[in-house]
Amino acid sequence: MTVAIDLREVVVLLSHFPALTGATLRVSQGEIVLLQGPNGAGKSTLLRLCAGLLPIKEGTAKILGQDLGENRRRVRPDIGLLGHKTGLYEDLTVEENIAFWASMTRANSQEITDAIEVMGLGGRLRDVLARQLSAGQRRRTAFAALLVQRPPIWLLDEPHAALDSEGRSLVNELIKNAAAAGATVLLVSHAAKELSALTGRVVTLAGGRVTSDSGGNGSEVNGVS
Amino acid sequence: MLADSWLIARKDLQVEIRSRIIINQIAPYTLLIMVLFGFALDANTQTLRDTAPGLYWVAILLVALLAIQRGVQIEDADAARDRMLLTPVSSSSIFLGKSLALFVQLLVLEVLLFFVMMVLFDTSVEDPLLVCLSAFVATVGIATSGTLYGVIASGVGVRETLLPILLLPVLAPVAIGATRTFGDAFGRVNADGWAWFGLLVVFAVVYTVLGMFSYGQLLEEE
Repeated sequence: MTVAIDLREVVVLLSHFPALTGATLRVSQGEIVLLQGPNGAGKSTLLRLCAGLLPIKEGTAKILGQDLGENRRRVRPDIGLLGHKTGLYEDLTVEENIAFWASMTRANSQEITDAIEVMGLGGRLRDVLARQLSAGQRRRTAFAALLVQRPPIWLLDEPHAALDSEGRSLVNELIKNAAAAGATVLLVSHAAKELSALTGRVVTLAGGRVTSDSGGNGSEVNGVS
Repeated sequence: MLADSWLIARKDLQVEIRSRIIINQIAPYTLLIMVLFGFALDANTQTLRDTAPGLYWVAILLVALLAIQRGVQIEDADAARDRMLLTPVSSSSIFLGKSLALFVQLLVLEVLLFFVMMVLFDTSVEDPLLVCLSAFVATVGIATSGTLYGVIASGVGVRETLLPILLLPVLAPVAIGATRTFGDAFGRVNADGWAWFGLLVVFAVVYTVLGMFSYGQLLEEE
Protein backbone atom coordinates (compact mmCIF):
# COMPACT_ATOMS: atom_id res chain seq x y z
CA MET A 1 0.00 0.00 0.00
CA THR A 2 1.21 3.52 -0.80
CA VAL A 3 2.25 5.54 2.22
CA ALA A 4 0.26 8.78 2.32
CA ILE A 5 1.62 10.26 5.55
CA ASP A 6 5.17 9.52 6.64
CA LEU A 7 6.47 11.38 9.69
CA ARG A 8 9.84 10.50 11.20
CA GLU A 9 11.09 11.97 14.46
CA VAL A 10 9.36 15.26 13.69
CA VAL A 11 9.96 18.20 16.00
CA VAL A 12 7.70 21.26 15.70
CA LEU A 13 8.06 24.41 17.76
CA LEU A 14 5.14 26.72 18.50
CA SER A 15 6.50 30.06 19.70
CA HIS A 16 9.71 28.29 20.79
CA PHE A 17 7.69 25.69 22.73
CA PRO A 18 8.16 22.12 21.43
CA ALA A 19 4.63 20.99 20.53
CA LEU A 20 5.89 17.87 18.74
CA THR A 21 9.05 16.35 20.21
CA GLY A 22 9.92 13.57 17.79
CA ALA A 23 6.66 12.19 16.45
CA THR A 24 6.81 9.23 14.13
CA LEU A 25 3.75 8.04 12.24
CA ARG A 26 3.14 6.24 8.99
CA VAL A 27 -0.33 6.09 7.47
CA SER A 28 -1.23 4.25 4.27
CA GLN A 29 -3.43 5.63 1.54
CA GLY A 30 -7.11 4.92 2.21
CA GLU A 31 -6.49 4.29 5.89
CA ILE A 32 -8.45 5.89 8.73
CA VAL A 33 -6.45 6.63 11.88
CA LEU A 34 -7.78 7.93 15.14
CA LEU A 35 -5.42 10.15 17.14
CA GLN A 36 -6.04 10.49 20.82
CA GLY A 37 -4.24 11.78 23.85
CA PRO A 38 -4.51 14.27 26.67
CA ASN A 39 -4.83 18.02 26.17
CA GLY A 40 -1.58 19.48 24.91
CA ALA A 41 -0.34 16.13 23.60
CA GLY A 42 0.23 17.62 20.14
CA LYS A 43 -2.74 16.16 18.26
CA SER A 44 -3.93 19.39 16.64
CA THR A 45 -0.33 20.41 15.96
CA LEU A 46 0.23 17.11 14.19
CA LEU A 47 -2.79 17.78 11.96
CA ARG A 48 -1.58 21.30 11.14
CA LEU A 49 1.88 19.93 10.42
CA CYS A 50 0.42 17.37 8.00
CA ALA A 51 -1.54 20.21 6.36
CA GLY A 52 1.74 22.00 5.65
CA LEU A 53 0.78 24.91 7.88
CA LEU A 54 3.67 24.55 10.32
CA PRO A 55 7.41 24.47 9.70
CA ILE A 56 9.44 21.45 10.81
CA LYS A 57 12.34 22.04 13.14
CA GLU A 58 13.80 18.53 12.99
CA GLY A 59 12.96 15.18 11.40
CA THR A 60 11.31 14.47 8.07
CA ALA A 61 7.69 14.61 6.98
CA LYS A 62 6.33 13.45 3.66
CA ILE A 63 2.71 13.82 2.59
CA LEU A 64 1.76 11.96 -0.57
CA GLY A 65 5.48 11.61 -1.25
CA GLN A 66 6.13 15.35 -1.02
CA ASP A 67 8.71 16.49 1.51
CA LEU A 68 7.26 19.18 3.76
CA GLY A 69 10.77 20.25 4.73
CA GLU A 70 11.49 21.20 1.12
CA ASN A 71 8.20 22.80 0.16
CA ARG A 72 5.16 22.62 2.39
CA ARG A 73 3.00 24.79 0.12
CA ARG A 74 2.94 22.20 -2.65
CA VAL A 75 0.98 19.65 -0.63
CA ARG A 76 -1.68 22.04 0.68
CA PRO A 77 -4.23 21.78 -2.16
CA ASP A 78 -4.38 18.03 -1.42
CA ILE A 79 -5.38 18.64 2.18
CA GLY A 80 -8.85 19.02 3.63
CA LEU A 81 -8.48 20.38 7.18
CA LEU A 82 -11.36 20.89 9.53
CA GLY A 83 -10.17 22.24 12.86
CA HIS A 84 -11.93 23.71 15.86
CA LYS A 85 -12.90 26.71 13.75
CA THR A 86 -14.94 26.31 10.61
CA GLY A 87 -13.40 28.83 8.20
CA LEU A 88 -16.77 30.42 7.38
CA TYR A 89 -17.49 34.07 6.61
CA GLU A 90 -20.14 35.31 9.03
CA ASP A 91 -21.87 37.62 6.56
CA LEU A 92 -22.16 35.13 3.72
CA THR A 93 -24.97 32.62 3.46
CA VAL A 94 -24.46 28.87 3.67
CA GLU A 95 -24.58 28.58 -0.11
CA GLU A 96 -22.30 31.59 -0.66
CA ASN A 97 -19.72 30.20 1.75
CA ILE A 98 -19.70 26.81 0.09
CA ALA A 99 -19.68 28.37 -3.39
CA PHE A 100 -16.75 30.58 -2.47
CA TRP A 101 -14.64 27.69 -1.23
CA ALA A 102 -15.77 25.64 -4.22
CA SER A 103 -14.54 28.35 -6.58
CA MET A 104 -11.23 28.48 -4.74
CA THR A 105 -10.79 24.74 -5.22
CA ARG A 106 -12.12 24.64 -8.81
CA ALA A 107 -15.29 22.67 -8.00
CA ASN A 108 -18.33 23.04 -10.23
CA SER A 109 -21.89 24.10 -9.41
CA GLN A 110 -23.23 20.53 -9.44
CA GLU A 111 -20.71 19.58 -6.74
CA ILE A 112 -21.88 22.55 -4.67
CA THR A 113 -25.52 21.46 -4.97
CA ASP A 114 -24.61 17.87 -4.13
CA ALA A 115 -22.61 18.88 -1.06
CA ILE A 116 -25.44 21.08 0.21
CA GLU A 117 -27.93 18.25 -0.18
CA VAL A 118 -25.68 15.60 1.35
CA MET A 119 -25.05 17.73 4.44
CA GLY A 120 -28.76 18.47 4.88
CA LEU A 121 -28.35 22.17 4.21
CA GLY A 122 -30.92 22.48 1.44
CA GLY A 123 -34.17 24.41 1.41
CA ARG A 124 -34.42 27.55 3.52
CA LEU A 125 -31.13 26.87 5.29
CA ARG A 126 -28.96 27.50 2.22
CA ASP A 127 -29.87 31.21 2.30
CA VAL A 128 -29.19 31.71 6.01
CA LEU A 129 -26.15 33.79 7.02
CA ALA A 130 -23.35 31.87 8.73
CA ARG A 131 -23.66 34.14 11.78
CA GLN A 132 -27.24 32.93 12.24
CA LEU A 133 -26.38 29.23 12.17
CA SER A 134 -26.20 26.95 15.19
CA ALA A 135 -22.83 25.39 15.97
CA GLY A 136 -23.96 22.11 14.43
CA GLN A 137 -25.17 23.79 11.26
CA ARG A 138 -21.85 25.64 10.99
CA ARG A 139 -20.08 22.30 11.27
CA ARG A 140 -22.25 20.84 8.52
CA THR A 141 -21.51 23.84 6.29
CA ALA A 142 -17.79 23.43 6.89
CA PHE A 143 -18.08 19.74 5.98
CA ALA A 144 -19.93 20.69 2.79
CA ALA A 145 -17.07 23.03 1.88
CA LEU A 146 -14.69 20.14 2.52
CA LEU A 147 -16.72 17.81 0.32
CA VAL A 148 -16.56 20.11 -2.70
CA GLN A 149 -12.78 20.19 -2.30
CA ARG A 150 -12.54 16.36 -2.64
CA PRO A 151 -9.11 16.20 -0.97
CA PRO A 152 -7.03 13.01 -0.93
CA ILE A 153 -6.06 13.72 2.70
CA TRP A 154 -8.70 14.51 5.34
CA LEU A 155 -7.51 15.97 8.64
CA LEU A 156 -10.42 16.27 11.04
CA ASP A 157 -10.12 17.74 14.52
CA GLU A 158 -13.09 16.68 16.64
CA PRO A 159 -15.30 16.02 13.59
CA HIS A 160 -18.32 15.25 15.77
CA ALA A 161 -18.12 18.49 17.73
CA ALA A 162 -21.51 20.23 18.04
CA LEU A 163 -23.25 17.65 15.81
CA ASP A 164 -26.42 15.82 16.76
CA SER A 165 -26.63 12.03 16.48
CA GLU A 166 -27.89 12.23 12.90
CA GLY A 167 -25.02 14.57 12.03
CA ARG A 168 -22.49 12.28 13.67
CA SER A 169 -23.78 9.28 11.71
CA LEU A 170 -23.65 11.33 8.52
CA VAL A 171 -20.05 12.37 9.17
CA ASN A 172 -19.08 8.77 9.94
CA GLU A 173 -20.63 7.73 6.63
CA LEU A 174 -18.76 10.47 4.76
CA ILE A 175 -15.46 9.45 6.34
CA LYS A 176 -16.03 5.80 5.46
CA ASN A 177 -16.95 6.70 1.86
CA ALA A 178 -13.95 8.99 1.51
CA ALA A 179 -11.58 6.27 2.73
CA ALA A 180 -13.24 3.71 0.47
CA ALA A 181 -12.60 6.09 -2.44
CA GLY A 182 -8.90 6.19 -1.50
CA ALA A 183 -8.71 9.21 0.79
CA THR A 184 -6.50 9.03 3.88
CA VAL A 185 -8.20 10.23 7.05
CA LEU A 186 -6.60 11.39 10.29
CA LEU A 187 -9.12 11.99 13.06
CA VAL A 188 -8.54 13.70 16.35
CA SER A 189 -11.16 13.10 18.99
CA HIS A 190 -11.66 12.77 22.70
CA ALA A 191 -14.86 10.84 21.97
CA ALA A 192 -12.93 7.85 20.67
CA LYS A 193 -15.80 5.46 21.30
CA GLU A 194 -18.01 7.05 18.65
CA LEU A 195 -15.28 7.00 16.04
CA SER A 196 -13.74 3.66 16.90
CA ALA A 197 -16.28 1.93 14.64
CA LEU A 198 -14.56 3.62 11.70
CA THR A 199 -11.11 2.23 12.33
CA GLY A 200 -9.23 -0.32 14.30
CA ARG A 201 -6.14 1.84 14.39
CA VAL A 202 -5.83 4.16 17.32
CA VAL A 203 -2.66 6.19 17.81
CA THR A 204 -1.97 7.80 21.17
CA LEU A 205 0.11 10.94 21.57
CA ALA A 206 1.58 12.28 24.78
CA GLY A 207 4.14 15.02 25.25
CA GLY A 208 4.41 15.57 21.51
CA ARG A 209 5.32 11.95 20.68
CA VAL A 210 3.46 8.87 19.55
CA THR A 211 3.40 6.66 22.61
CA SER A 212 1.26 3.83 21.32
CA ASP A 213 -0.13 2.62 18.03
CA SER A 214 -2.72 -0.13 17.98
CA GLY A 215 -1.54 -1.35 14.60
CA GLY A 216 -2.32 -0.76 10.98
CA ASN A 217 -0.27 -0.91 7.85
CA GLY A 218 3.38 -0.12 8.35
CA SER A 219 2.92 1.55 11.68
CA GLU A 220 5.82 2.45 13.89
CA VAL A 221 6.02 3.93 17.33
CA ASN A 222 8.75 6.55 17.32
CA GLY A 223 11.01 4.57 15.11
CA VAL A 224 10.36 1.14 16.59
CA SER A 225 8.55 -1.09 14.09
CA MET B 1 -4.47 34.73 -11.24
CA LEU B 2 -6.69 37.76 -11.89
CA ALA B 3 -9.82 35.60 -11.87
CA ASP B 4 -8.92 34.31 -8.40
CA SER B 5 -8.18 37.85 -7.22
CA TRP B 6 -11.57 38.98 -8.44
CA LEU B 7 -13.29 36.12 -6.56
CA ILE B 8 -11.56 37.14 -3.33
CA ALA B 9 -12.30 40.84 -3.85
CA ARG B 10 -15.93 40.11 -4.67
CA LYS B 11 -16.24 37.99 -1.52
CA ASP B 12 -14.78 40.78 0.66
CA LEU B 13 -17.06 43.38 -0.92
CA GLN B 14 -20.07 41.09 -0.52
CA VAL B 15 -19.21 40.69 3.18
CA GLU B 16 -18.87 44.47 3.56
CA ILE B 17 -22.13 45.23 1.78
CA ARG B 18 -23.90 42.64 3.95
CA SER B 19 -22.35 43.72 7.26
CA ARG B 20 -22.79 47.46 6.47
CA ILE B 21 -19.86 48.32 8.72
CA ILE B 22 -18.43 50.71 6.12
CA ILE B 23 -21.78 52.46 5.63
CA ASN B 24 -23.03 52.45 9.23
CA GLN B 25 -19.80 52.94 11.14
CA ILE B 26 -16.75 53.93 9.11
CA ALA B 27 -18.48 56.47 6.82
CA PRO B 28 -20.08 58.39 9.73
CA TYR B 29 -16.70 58.33 11.51
CA THR B 30 -15.15 59.88 8.39
CA LEU B 31 -17.75 62.64 8.28
CA LEU B 32 -17.29 63.28 11.98
CA ILE B 33 -13.54 63.76 11.53
CA MET B 34 -14.12 66.39 8.83
CA VAL B 35 -16.70 68.24 10.91
CA LEU B 36 -14.38 68.21 13.95
CA PHE B 37 -11.54 69.56 11.84
CA GLY B 38 -13.89 72.36 10.83
CA PHE B 39 -14.71 73.14 14.45
CA ALA B 40 -11.07 72.93 15.52
CA LEU B 41 -9.99 75.44 12.90
CA ASP B 42 -12.91 77.69 13.71
CA ALA B 43 -15.10 79.05 10.97
CA ASN B 44 -12.17 80.73 9.28
CA THR B 45 -12.94 79.82 5.67
CA GLN B 46 -9.54 80.91 4.40
CA THR B 47 -7.72 78.61 6.84
CA LEU B 48 -10.08 75.76 6.04
CA ARG B 49 -9.54 76.20 2.30
CA ASP B 50 -5.76 76.29 2.70
CA THR B 51 -5.63 73.21 4.92
CA ALA B 52 -8.42 71.24 3.24
CA PRO B 53 -6.11 68.94 1.18
CA GLY B 54 -4.06 67.98 4.23
CA LEU B 55 -7.08 67.47 6.46
CA TYR B 56 -8.74 65.39 3.75
CA TRP B 57 -5.81 62.99 3.44
CA VAL B 58 -5.27 62.73 7.20
CA ALA B 59 -8.95 61.78 7.51
CA ILE B 60 -8.55 59.21 4.72
CA LEU B 61 -5.52 57.64 6.40
CA LEU B 62 -7.40 57.34 9.69
CA VAL B 63 -10.39 55.63 8.12
CA ALA B 64 -8.07 53.48 6.00
CA LEU B 65 -6.68 52.02 9.24
CA LEU B 66 -10.19 50.90 10.22
CA ALA B 67 -10.91 49.44 6.79
CA ILE B 68 -7.57 47.58 6.76
CA GLN B 69 -8.21 46.08 10.19
CA ARG B 70 -11.67 45.08 9.09
CA GLY B 71 -10.23 43.30 6.03
CA VAL B 72 -7.82 41.34 8.23
CA GLN B 73 -10.52 40.53 10.76
CA ILE B 74 -12.75 38.99 8.08
CA GLU B 75 -10.09 36.34 7.47
CA ASP B 76 -9.07 35.89 11.12
CA ALA B 77 -12.52 35.60 12.71
CA ASP B 78 -13.11 31.92 11.95
CA ALA B 79 -9.68 30.82 10.67
CA ALA B 80 -10.63 31.36 7.03
CA ARG B 81 -7.03 32.36 6.36
CA ASP B 82 -5.82 28.81 7.08
CA ARG B 83 -8.45 27.46 4.76
CA MET B 84 -7.38 29.92 2.07
CA LEU B 85 -3.79 28.68 2.37
CA LEU B 86 -5.01 25.15 1.62
CA THR B 87 -6.44 26.14 -1.77
CA PRO B 88 -4.47 26.17 -5.02
CA VAL B 89 -4.85 29.95 -5.16
CA SER B 90 -1.50 31.79 -5.20
CA SER B 91 -0.57 34.24 -2.46
CA SER B 92 -0.21 36.96 -5.12
CA SER B 93 -3.85 36.43 -6.08
CA ILE B 94 -4.91 36.68 -2.43
CA PHE B 95 -2.90 39.88 -2.05
CA LEU B 96 -4.36 41.45 -5.18
CA GLY B 97 -7.90 40.39 -4.24
CA LYS B 98 -7.67 41.79 -0.71
CA SER B 99 -6.05 44.99 -2.03
CA LEU B 100 -8.72 45.42 -4.71
CA ALA B 101 -11.53 45.10 -2.16
CA LEU B 102 -9.84 47.62 0.12
CA PHE B 103 -9.23 49.95 -2.83
CA VAL B 104 -12.93 49.95 -3.78
CA GLN B 105 -14.04 50.61 -0.19
CA LEU B 106 -11.57 53.47 0.24
CA LEU B 107 -12.52 54.99 -3.09
CA VAL B 108 -16.19 55.05 -2.06
CA LEU B 109 -15.26 56.75 1.22
CA GLU B 110 -12.99 59.22 -0.58
CA VAL B 111 -15.73 60.29 -3.00
CA LEU B 112 -18.14 60.77 -0.10
CA LEU B 113 -15.59 62.71 1.94
CA PHE B 114 -14.58 64.80 -1.05
CA PHE B 115 -18.05 66.22 -1.52
CA VAL B 116 -18.37 66.82 2.22
CA MET B 117 -15.08 68.74 2.11
CA MET B 118 -16.24 70.78 -0.88
CA VAL B 119 -19.35 71.85 1.00
CA LEU B 120 -17.99 72.25 4.54
CA PHE B 121 -14.70 73.91 3.62
CA ASP B 122 -16.05 75.82 0.62
CA THR B 123 -13.30 74.60 -1.70
CA SER B 124 -13.21 74.51 -5.49
CA VAL B 125 -11.19 72.42 -7.93
CA GLU B 126 -9.10 73.95 -10.69
CA ASP B 127 -7.62 70.73 -12.07
CA PRO B 128 -10.15 67.87 -11.76
CA LEU B 129 -7.97 65.47 -13.77
CA LEU B 130 -5.10 65.82 -11.28
CA VAL B 131 -7.52 65.30 -8.39
CA CYS B 132 -9.02 62.14 -9.90
CA LEU B 133 -5.73 60.58 -10.99
CA SER B 134 -3.85 61.39 -7.79
CA ALA B 135 -6.71 60.08 -5.62
CA PHE B 136 -6.80 56.89 -7.69
CA VAL B 137 -3.06 56.26 -7.48
CA ALA B 138 -2.79 57.29 -3.80
CA THR B 139 -5.60 54.85 -3.00
CA VAL B 140 -3.77 52.06 -4.82
CA GLY B 141 -0.75 52.83 -2.62
CA ILE B 142 -2.78 52.87 0.59
CA ALA B 143 -4.65 49.68 -0.32
CA THR B 144 -1.57 47.67 -1.28
CA SER B 145 0.64 48.83 1.61
CA GLY B 146 -2.33 48.49 3.99
CA THR B 147 -2.99 44.92 2.89
CA LEU B 148 0.67 44.08 3.35
CA TYR B 149 1.06 45.70 6.78
CA GLY B 150 -2.33 44.40 7.88
CA VAL B 151 -1.10 40.84 7.66
CA ILE B 152 2.18 41.74 9.41
CA ALA B 153 0.30 43.31 12.33
CA SER B 154 -2.14 40.40 12.39
CA GLY B 155 0.71 37.94 12.91
CA VAL B 156 1.95 39.74 15.99
CA GLY B 157 -1.50 39.48 17.57
CA VAL B 158 -1.89 43.11 18.68
CA ARG B 159 -3.24 44.36 15.38
CA GLU B 160 -5.40 47.22 16.65
CA THR B 161 -2.57 49.05 18.36
CA LEU B 162 0.37 47.96 16.23
CA LEU B 163 -1.03 48.65 12.76
CA PRO B 164 -1.13 52.46 13.08
CA ILE B 165 2.41 52.53 14.46
CA LEU B 166 3.69 50.39 11.60
CA LEU B 167 1.65 51.81 8.76
CA LEU B 168 1.33 55.54 9.31
CA PRO B 169 5.07 56.25 8.91
CA VAL B 170 5.06 54.13 5.75
CA LEU B 171 2.12 56.12 4.39
CA ALA B 172 3.80 59.47 5.07
CA PRO B 173 4.94 59.83 1.42
CA VAL B 174 1.36 59.23 0.28
CA ALA B 175 0.01 61.80 2.74
CA ILE B 176 2.58 64.38 1.63
CA GLY B 177 2.31 63.63 -2.10
CA ALA B 178 -1.48 63.51 -2.18
CA THR B 179 -1.75 66.70 -0.10
CA ARG B 180 0.59 68.51 -2.50
CA THR B 181 -1.24 67.30 -5.62
CA PHE B 182 -4.61 68.25 -4.14
CA GLY B 183 -3.19 71.60 -3.01
CA ASP B 184 -2.02 72.30 -6.55
CA ALA B 185 -5.28 71.06 -8.07
CA PHE B 186 -7.26 73.30 -5.69
CA GLY B 187 -4.98 76.25 -6.53
CA ARG B 188 -4.03 76.64 -2.85
CA VAL B 189 -0.27 75.94 -2.95
CA ASN B 190 2.50 76.74 -5.34
CA ALA B 191 3.65 73.19 -6.06
CA ASP B 192 4.12 71.05 -9.15
CA GLY B 193 1.23 68.66 -8.57
CA TRP B 194 2.21 66.38 -11.43
CA ALA B 195 5.69 65.88 -9.97
CA TRP B 196 4.12 64.81 -6.67
CA PHE B 197 1.76 62.63 -8.66
CA GLY B 198 4.86 60.84 -9.94
CA LEU B 199 5.85 60.06 -6.35
CA LEU B 200 2.41 58.56 -5.73
CA VAL B 201 2.78 56.38 -8.84
CA VAL B 202 6.19 55.13 -7.69
CA PHE B 203 4.80 54.33 -4.21
CA ALA B 204 1.82 52.46 -5.66
CA VAL B 205 3.97 50.44 -8.07
CA VAL B 206 6.58 49.60 -5.40
CA TYR B 207 3.98 48.35 -2.89
CA THR B 208 1.99 46.44 -5.51
CA VAL B 209 5.12 44.57 -6.65
CA LEU B 210 6.43 44.17 -3.08
CA GLY B 211 3.07 42.82 -1.94
CA MET B 212 2.78 40.33 -4.77
CA PHE B 213 6.18 38.87 -3.98
CA SER B 214 6.22 39.04 -0.18
CA TYR B 215 2.59 38.52 0.91
CA GLY B 216 2.89 34.73 0.75
CA GLN B 217 5.97 34.76 2.95
CA LEU B 218 4.25 37.04 5.46
CA LEU B 219 1.26 34.70 5.60
CA GLU B 220 3.68 31.86 6.39
CA GLU B 221 5.40 33.88 9.11
CA GLU B 222 2.04 34.56 10.68
